[in-house]
Amino acid sequence: MADPILECRGVSKHFGAVQALYKVDFEVRPGEVMALVGDNGAGKSTLIKGIAGIYPFDEGQILFEGKPVKIHGPKDSSDLGIEVVYQDLALADNLDVVANMFLGREKVQNGFVIDEANMERTARETLTGLSVTTLQSVRQVVAGLSGGQRQSVAVAKAVMWNSKVVILDEPTAALGVAQTRQVLDLVKRLADQDLAVVIISHNLHDIFEVADRITSLRLGQTVDLFQTSEVTQQDVVHSITAGRMKYVPGMEQEEETA
Amino acid sequence: MTSETQTPDELPPISREHKEPTTVAEFFQAWWVRVQAGDLGFLPIIIGLVVIVIIFGSLDSRYLTERNFTNLLLQMASFATIGIGVVFVLLLAEIDLAIAFNSAVGGVVMTLLLRPEDPGWPWPLAIAVALTVTTAIGFVMGVIITKTGVPSFVVSLAFNLGLNGVVLILMTEFSGSGTIRIADETVRDISNAFLPDLWGWLLGIGGVAVVAGTELLKYRTRQQRGLPNKPMGILAMQLGGLAVVVIAAVWYANLDRGVPFVMVVLGFFLVMWSFIAGRTRFGRHVYAVGGNPEAARRAGISVDRVKISVFMIGGFMAGVGGIVIASRLQSVATNSGGGPLLLNVIAAAVIGGTSLFGGSGKVVSALLGALVIAAVENGMGLQNVNSGVKFVVTGLVLLAAVLADAFAKRRQTASGIR
Repeated sequence: MADPILECRGVSKHFGAVQALYKVDFEVRPGEVMALVGDNGAGKSTLIKGIAGIYPFDEGQILFEGKPVKIHGPKDSSDLGIEVVYQDLALADNLDVVANMFLGREKVQNGFVIDEANMERTARETLTGLSVTTLQSVRQVVAGLSGGQRQSVAVAKAVMWNSKVVILDEPTAALGVAQTRQVLDLVKRLADQDLAVVIISHNLHDIFEVADRITSLRLGQTVDLFQTSEVTQQDVVHSITAGRMKYVPGMEQEEETA
Repeated sequence: MTSETQTPDELPPISREHKEPTTVAEFFQAWWVRVQAGDLGFLPIIIGLVVIVIIFGSLDSRYLTERNFTNLLLQMASFATIGIGVVFVLLLAEIDLAIAFNSAVGGVVMTLLLRPEDPGWPWPLAIAVALTVTTAIGFVMGVIITKTGVPSFVVSLAFNLGLNGVVLILMTEFSGSGTIRIADETVRDISNAFLPDLWGWLLGIGGVAVVAGTELLKYRTRQQRGLPNKPMGILAMQLGGLAVVVIAAVWYANLDRGVPFVMVVLGFFLVMWSFIAGRTRFGRHVYAVGGNPEAARRAGISVDRVKISVFMIGGFMAGVGGIVIASRLQSVATNSGGGPLLLNVIAAAVIGGTSLFGGSGKVVSALLGALVIAAVENGMGLQNVNSGVKFVVTGLVLLAAVLADAFAKRRQTASGIR
């Protein structure tokens, strides 16, 4: 088993009086799909936003490839090779697929002219490499794409930059059956290409299909770390809703009444 | 993470069902499908221009004369120049209501600095200072809008009033009559001189050659990288069409006094800003911020910096337009920048197809819209109608333009293009 590529040790974050995360441990290895589950308010989004550099953690350590790193902003995070695909995808509807995939990192020639041909080629290669074949054209404006196509473009955008860790926030939440299938297949292909994939989802069915391991959060704390093959959906639901919380006095043991 | 399995010549199509059009006939078919789906491009505005020309041409025999054509170019130049700045501001879904009086500030500052012996600055310096002032005004507006989050509508409305006041104060301070004449020959020539026939031809043909060169270069690059191209026949037709229009315009203008010099100024800025909007990272970021500011921010684009730069572009082009107007009138007056100028320049950008909701529009739309506005104004001027009727008709043209746009958008939504 490979060593974790990304590891959070005891990270905490509070917003005013609200303790959003408390001493959370989290890790993901190359080539595996790690699911992050938890009820609303469990701290899933806070955790990934911290990793993405949207805001700093109050305490704790982030290790990347075994070395401690400081992430002060989104740029630090993407420089390490961590890419986040947010739930709202953050695509500019008025721009085409190529422009979106390269947004903010356009290739230029002669110093300042956008190298459209080069970008279009790389975009096509990346999409083809991920077997995304549902797009009519990479010059299509994103506004005209379906939900699944948009998700595929957002994922392709994330992996195009030699990224090592891809974090997907609710990638299937708004999708129909066929489109969910597209995206889940895509997630598996990412792991096959030895990327570390973190997937946040409320849909345990999806998670059990793609995830190798599952980290469950509850009220801002890590509750369990499962091997997907060793547990049932029932176990995970129990962990999400009534798991043990070692930093809450009286709840160190499995509680019955929560 | 790109797969290196493909060689340049055999990149597979991105979709199994879809095929890029490769012949002229297929291309026209694809184009017609897009038009039917509501993606009209510049089609409505070109039809509109033809209709306007037919209407006024049949009403008055003087309308379709070479003398009137050059007049129309002179009238249109200032709208188009300022309109370029408006296009940039609208691309961000912002608005700059101070743009007309900012242009007047530019004209007045230049004129004051040019007054013989008081201080009697050379024209390059006077123009440079005037443009610096209007750009700085745009900068201040941009900073206020981005740093406070107050909508640009309100901030620029305040600047609209304030700059109107500045123009009045400067004019009453430095002139008794309310008008200052421009004595400098060079500055007066900007909007009053005409190119010799030969230079007009060189300008027109040179312009077409530059466009053709860029397009052919793009075609070749795409071919070399194994990317789909539009059919060569279509490219030839497009370039040929452009050449015909430009050559006809130069020929027609040469029948009269020649191509106005101000077209060189306008042409330069049209090409420059089109290039910046379409081919540079900055331009791409302007579209991105206009389309989805949050996506732009997450992509590491400094949204504030883009916005401030765009308001500076607005101020700069307003200054250029103000100088063009002052040169045309050979003076500035207390009413400079007032009247319908503001609405005309915003209408020019919108009629030309720039969306008020941001993210969609082209620099050249300022030219097309300005042509429409000037064609209407000019025609009504010949009809000797009073300015009330002028406003009503211009208003109706604007309404027709935005309605056509709205219907096209609805069509596009229905057919899934956007």
